[in-house]
Amino acid sequence: MMTMNEFRSLFHNGLIKQNTGLVQLLGLCPLLAISNNVVNALSLGLATTLVMAASSGAVSGVRNFVPNEIRIPVFVLIIAALVTVIDLSMNAYVHPLYLVLGIFIPLITTNCIVLARADAFAAKNRPLQSVVDAIAMGFGLTLVLLVLGAIRELAGKGTLFSGIDLVFGEAAKGWVLHVLPNYHGFLLAILPPGAFIALGLLIAANNGYKARAARHARAGVPVAA
Amino acid sequence: MRAQTQVALKNALRTGVILFVFALVGTAMLAFTHDRTEPVITRGQLAEKRALLSQVLPASLYDNDLLSSQQSVPPNDRLGTRQTSTLWLARRGGEFSGIVLEAVAPDGYSGNIYLLIGIDADGTVTGVRVTAHRETPGLGDYIDRAKSAWIDQFAGKSLTNPDARHWKVAKDGGTFDSRAGATITPRAVVKAVHGALDYFAQHRAAFAAPPKKEPDA
Repeated sequence: MMTMNEFRSLFHNGLIKQNTGLVQLLGLCPLLAISNNVVNALSLGLATTLVMAASSGAVSGVRNFVPNEIRIPVFVLIIAALVTVIDLSMNAYVHPLYLVLGIFIPLITTNCIVLARADAFAAKNRPLQSVVDAIAMGFGLTLVLLVLGAIRELAGKGTLFSGIDLVFGEAAKGWVLHVLPNYHGFLLAILPPGAFIALGLLIAANNGYKARAARHARAGVPVAA
Repeated sequence: MRAQTQVALKNALRTGVILFVFALVGTAMLAFTHDRTEPVITRGQLAEKRALLSQVLPASLYDNDLLSSQQSVPPNDRLGTRQTSTLWLARRGGEFSGIVLEAVAPDGYSGNIYLLIGIDADGTVTGVRVTAHRETPGLGDYIDRAKSAWIDQFAGKSLTNPDARHWKVAKDGGTFDSRAGATITPRAVVKAVHGALDYFAQHRAAFAAPPKKEPDA
């Protein structure tokens, strides 16, 4: 079992301290490619979280049977097999969702964050902890993707949630927010360079915040004040 | 020394066997999932194809199974195809009633734009859909029906409506709308649809001929 403290520290680790997008800078390739709007970003984030939770759980479950020398090939095998199973099952049973996420699912196999968590955490910890860690890491990634997607969509098209009808059906068309009416668009934000620039700004903001917190801590002033 | 080699060999063998077992379990898992999902996936793909075809050719126009009327077309300039493409022949009560053509607009802003074009027996466009493209998101991608209704303006058009001089985007003096800042993309689509109509006019007689299949008893 797991204590509340353990749980909290795993989530703190995943969301803030070791955030994959802002601190570890792992798995950037899907992060940069997909984050051109909120809906894509959120969908990929949640799909990655699901795959990570499944693969970390599986890796942790067999960790005692895997000799150290061949752990990487075995983990890659497990991840690839799981992703394919999820890919096929989604295609068969939740087809509308598959049409939206389909192209991203195989990409998740190549996302190094999945293997990184399997090797760095799941291979050394019990299944429950490993799954929680994977979910926390996945949420951390989803959060960064979401913020990136919002910045790029807002700057690039002046909307939020465009394309949400692809996930929730025609009825959701009205949920699209046209934040800046008659906006002519800013193409750079939607194209890949926009992703690098926005991510750079986010990392800078995060580092700036941390440096400030450290300064205040040294001066003995609580951050919140 | 000998004992050491033996231990190393034993270790290598053990690792190999473990890796093999994992590969076996993984393969079994995949085979099982594939086996269970394949029929569902195939059915879904066929249904999807039918739905796509019925978007460009209204279902009321035909009573045959479009998917089984499929024919391949050798590469053709009018269709913009460099590879074998596909067409589907629609019949109603045995009479030729329309066609769905695959066409390619090779001169889009970034690469080929793949089109599905429905034409009825009179040579009037019943519908056009973009099936794949790489036009700039938020700029040239309004040709995609999921993004805007732009592509709907082809319905009802034919080689005589408008005449050849006006089969162009408005910016070039034609009848088809386009959006400021992105005329290369619609220009390519307009040209491709016109080419497909031309192709149909040239081959109409062959399509309208009764099927060469075994005569009905």
